Amino acid sequence: MAKLNLIQTLNQTLQQQLAKDKNIILLGEDVGKDGGVFRVTDGLWKEFGNNRVIDTPLSEIGIIATSVGLAIAGMKPIAEVQFDGFSMPMLDQLYHHAARMRKRSQGKYHVPLVLRVPHGGGIRGLEHHSESLETFFAHIPGLKVVTPSTPYNAKGLLIAAINDPDPVIFLEPKRVYRAIKQEVPEKEYTIPLGKTEVIQSGNDVTVISWGAMQKVVRSAIKQLQNKYSIDILDILTLSPLDKQPIFESVKKTGRCVVVQEAPKTCGYGAELAAIIGEDVLLSLKAPVTRVTGYDIPVPLPKLENYYIPNEEKIINAIESVMSF
Amino acid sequence: MVQFLNQEGRASKDIPKISSDVIKRMYELMVLARTFDDIALKLQREGRILTYASLLGQEAAQIGSALAFSKSDWLVPYYRDNGVFITAGYPLDLLYLYWTGDVRGMKIPHDINILPISVPVGSQIPHATGISWAHALQGKKLATGVYFGDGATSKGDFHVGLNFAGVLNTPCIFICENNQWAISVPRSRQTKSETIAQKAQAYGIEGVLVDGNDVIAVYSTVMQAIEKAKKGGGPTLIECYTYRMESHTTADEWKRYRSGKEVDEWKAKDPIKRLEKYMETLDLWDNAYAEKVIESAQTQVNEAVKKFESYPPPQPHEMFEHIYEKRPPELEEQWTSAFGR
Repeated sequence: MAKLNLIQTLNQTLQQQLAKDKNIILLGEDVGKDGGVFRVTDGLWKEFGNNRVIDTPLSEIGIIATSVGLAIAGMKPIAEVQFDGFSMPMLDQLYHHAARMRKRSQGKYHVPLVLRVPHGGGIRGLEHHSESLETFFAHIPGLKVVTPSTPYNAKGLLIAAINDPDPVIFLEPKRVYRAIKQEVPEKEYTIPLGKTEVIQSGNDVTVISWGAMQKVVRSAIKQLQNKYSIDILDILTLSPLDKQPIFESVKKTGRCVVVQEAPKTCGYGAELAAIIGEDVLLSLKAPVTRVTGYDIPVPLPKLENYYIPNEEKIINAIESVMSF
Repeated sequence: MVQFLNQEGRASKDIPKISSDVIKRMYELMVLARTFDDIALKLQREGRILTYASLLGQEAAQIGSALAFSKSDWLVPYYRDNGVFITAGYPLDLLYLYWTGDVRGMKIPHDINILPISVPVGSQIPHATGISWAHALQGKKLATGVYFGDGATSKGDFHVGLNFAGVLNTPCIFICENNQWAISVPRSRQTKSETIAQKAQAYGIEGVLVDGNDVIAVYSTVMQAIEKAKKGGGPTLIECYTYRMESHTTADEWKRYRSGKEVDEWKAKDPIKRLEKYMETLDLWDNAYAEKVIESAQTQVNEAVKKFESYPPPQPHEMFEHIYEKRPPELEEQWTSAFGR
């Protein structure tokens, strides 16, 4: 089996899906001849041509708003925004239209688009190139929000997202793009949306994260492996959330640490803390503890590493719930 | 297309009279901007600055336009406008510092009316409309110049900025540096319009297409627009027809999507060489003068490099500064829990 990084995996997956279904098109800025700024679509324009892999005029609103129309009329648009920060103008169209067309038309129309968003920091990017905006998307009823963390799960989740009848935001962890190589089957497989994955089972503490933070969590926990027995959960889909594995884990461990890269206040971790409080409060031996970015814009690269949760902050949080 | 200096630097008969001091100033700033840019690219290759967006080829468009504004006017640049910053008198060391990924590089001196670099394409255009609107409401005789590329004209922000400025008749000068490429996407894929300048017509404002590699044409066109704006004549859209000689940024590779032949053709239209030839006919330029100008530019740039590299690294707690005028308690708490006090 070939060992692929995340970019190569996404490229292979998109190539296979384009070849399989002529209604699938890729659209975005520089996705054509240039192969995308991260090279995810490299070679696809050459293979599938101008009508399948399309360099649009420079407008994020244009990309997503026309994708809504394309999807209504039977196409399967896979849109790309170059960096997470530039997705903000798209929220208007996602919130008001992509996510509501099914409701508004009483089921007559639906919007099966996929929006690929390179997500998060850690690549020494300029301003607006390092944001974690998952909460904005996850707060929109009618959208699905998927957060792959490895090449393997990215392939299965991307195919599931493409097959899904509803609009899906696919958040690709940029700092993982070239950081992990993994065996990825060439043949098609899906990982169902709406499933939380248990990565490792333990009895002392539950650590929950998603996307790029998974890698940091796993490396932090290696340093504690002789000390504590730790449950690691990877929330592969933020919306709709698969809660049961979270409840089962916390019932067992009684302690929970949530790790998110986004700012703290109103972040996705707050939702996790809330549902744990609502459903398994009496199992808790310590407060649910969040390791997060701060309530500030992501700093430019010189200070970025002080902002993004690291192994040390995660270990400190685990120690604090263990000694509570 | 407004052009006074052709590709060979020959002046047309109707070339406007510009004082020798201003012409020399144009030349010196263009050489300085190019030297700054050249060293920036070297620093990037050596890992001393991060991803950098080169201005090479756009010196006349940036300097010719920015020089037409007076010190009290306002400038709203886009991210490739190091030449606009330099013309406005922005400290070179701070510009370099910004490109190292250090926000302290955008600590704008109090006497320079320029907005910090705006990265999301075109998003700054309506801000300039707002600034110029404010000046009109306040009865101030000020013009605002806003800069953007050809790609930005595809965005809603462009439409909004020009439409509002037209309706409200604000003293705003919209300067499009049409450098033919938005990363890998050619101008022809941005708009079916023959020119960008012609879009002005739809907003009921004046649009001018100018040879963006002819600094005399850029300067005098922008100057006229400023004079008109300050008399209450409203906004102008100026398309500076130019070329991005380098890749989009150092993270990009132009050989993936455009031909070397095209780049070479534009090399022959170099804005600095063209001005040199014209200045020679005015007895304003010779080799000795050129050497002096280059040497002065190199000295300024070398000093700036020394200075920006001597800045101590920012303190981690600085990321909590300038979020609000007064830090809310939650942020104080996050600062304390992160770094102690």
